[in-house]
Amino acid sequence: MFVAWRDLRFARGRFVLIGSVVALITLLVGFLAGLTGGLAGQNVSAVLGLPGDRLVLQEPANGEPSFSGSAIAPSAVSAWQDTAGVEVVTPIGIVQGRAAQAGDRSAVGVALFGIAHEAPGSAVADLAPDADDSVGLSSGAATDLGVSVGDSITIVGSRYRVARIGGDAWYSHTPVVALSPTAWAEVDRRLGGDGEATVLAVSGAPDWDAAADRTGTWAAPRLTSLTALETFTSEVGSLGLMIVMLFGVSALVVGAFFTVWTLQRAGDIAVLKALGASEGSLVRDALGQALVVLVAGIGVGIVIVSVLGALADDVLPFLLSPLTTVLPAAVMAVLGLAGAAVALRTVTRADPLTALGSNR
Amino acid sequence: MITLDDVTLTFPDGDSRITAVDRVSLDVPAGIVTGITGPSGSGKSSLLAVAATLIRPDSGHVWIDDVDAAALTPKEATALRRDEIGIVFQQSNLVPSLTAREQLLVMAELGGDGHRHRQGIRGRAEELLRAVGLAEHGEKRPAQLSGGQRQRISIARALVNRPSVLLVDEPTSALDQERGAEIMALIARLTHEQGTATMLVTHDLVHRDMLDALVTIVDGRMTARLRAGSSDAAR
Repeated sequence: MFVAWRDLRFARGRFVLIGSVVALITLLVGFLAGLTGGLAGQNVSAVLGLPGDRLVLQEPANGEPSFSGSAIAPSAVSAWQDTAGVEVVTPIGIVQGRAAQAGDRSAVGVALFGIAHEAPGSAVADLAPDADDSVGLSSGAATDLGVSVGDSITIVGSRYRVARIGGDAWYSHTPVVALSPTAWAEVDRRLGGDGEATVLAVSGAPDWDAAADRTGTWAAPRLTSLTALETFTSEVGSLGLMIVMLFGVSALVVGAFFTVWTLQRAGDIAVLKALGASEGSLVRDALGQALVVLVAGIGVGIVIVSVLGALADDVLPFLLSPLTTVLPAAVMAVLGLAGAAVALRTVTRADPLTALGSNR
Repeated sequence: MITLDDVTLTFPDGDSRITAVDRVSLDVPAGIVTGITGPSGSGKSSLLAVAATLIRPDSGHVWIDDVDAAALTPKEATALRRDEIGIVFQQSNLVPSLTAREQLLVMAELGGDGHRHRQGIRGRAEELLRAVGLAEHGEKRPAQLSGGQRQRISIARALVNRPSVLLVDEPTSALDQERGAEIMALIARLTHEQGTATMLVTHDLVHRDMLDALVTIVDGRMTARLRAGSSDAAR
């Protein structure tokens, strides 16, 4: 790194420029990752907060299983309960509707979850009320409705008392309101449904595929079940594609910069080789230099993302976590180094013989 | 000491090959400057490249102390060049980002195991900067030095690892006569002081009085070997 550090000082303008480009790309990637994480959280955190080892949805005759189209008949619920190896089956109803503070005409969109108070502990089960005339609100729902425990809200004409307010839980960008299964079935019918559970949260170790085939359902781990949320896959898919493309741009930009930079230094490299520089030391020098630029640029980018992300948290669905900062930064560093590695051809192919008689 | 023993070097030329160095045998003893001269295209630079282990001869041996450099792998040749051979190029070929002092210090880093070589190199660098008269210019970059000063730094760089062999390629070609004479005198003085076996390629015999021996190459063949003030036949 002897020459690398001095090159960085000597050509600081050029390196600051490429470092700034890396920082800007990191800023873009970080913001997109944070936004993707935030939007994903607002889309699926309630699904991830359901109890059970696997979630069971209705297997449609045509097409893929989906949360919006799933309705599990009582016979299928019984069949799962009777399946060997199954420990607990929790039927959960999900429907999107509107709710309003009692006496207030302005309603907000909410996700209505019907779940038994006795359901195994989980983020959503913890919201479940113990009476049919009560509801449990996620913190987002309480904020949107402007109510606290003891207040009343109305859902499709019925009045419910707020029995509890729990943590944050979102489904398809609407905050979760939990009702008892009976109350939920009634609301679902008024909204045009048949009151049947949308999903079963199943615990145990049965033969999942056999049970699913027998009951005409689809059983999947929680993460896999997210593919049954159409909005989630399309949203994350498009944002993820943008992130991947930015990763590609980053690798190309860094690779192009270091290729040109190394080509400009080809004469120096030939001289150093003629003087006895080992290929390993030259390669370490070149990669080390790229790593310094990447770490500095990515570091600055991540700091800006973290500061702006924290500030934007109240107005944007933005997730600030290692998954949206450290991971993209690490990927960018690896891809940037891969891009810079392209320039190593110039290092390894520089002919020391050209240093003799060269006119530099 | 460096000894070239029956060295032949050819290059491809279309369907055939041309002979750049033709069965040259030459001893370059320690502590003296042996000049290699000849017309353009005579093969003197090719001979220097072979001596520098930058190119492997078709046949023959290049003995540097007791090592046959012609038989080394590229990696071994690089290490030999680093430890035993100093090279002064036609142009100074200094690294633009390094100061004059760093041009010397970098020689401890070339093997990637700088920690083994760093000890003592600072003192050696200062000693050589003084020896070439540039102790006050150690913090200057190449662009801030004159052509003669750059060439002096290049000479100091070649000597910093205490090589047994110093190979010098047309060191005065980019300098005026006065500065050329200074550089030749410096090379001669340092050769005598440091005891290096110095092989100096030049087509310019204006400064021949500073050479201890002179070898003439024509069409790749050694045609004459002269001691200063005498004329011996080629070996």
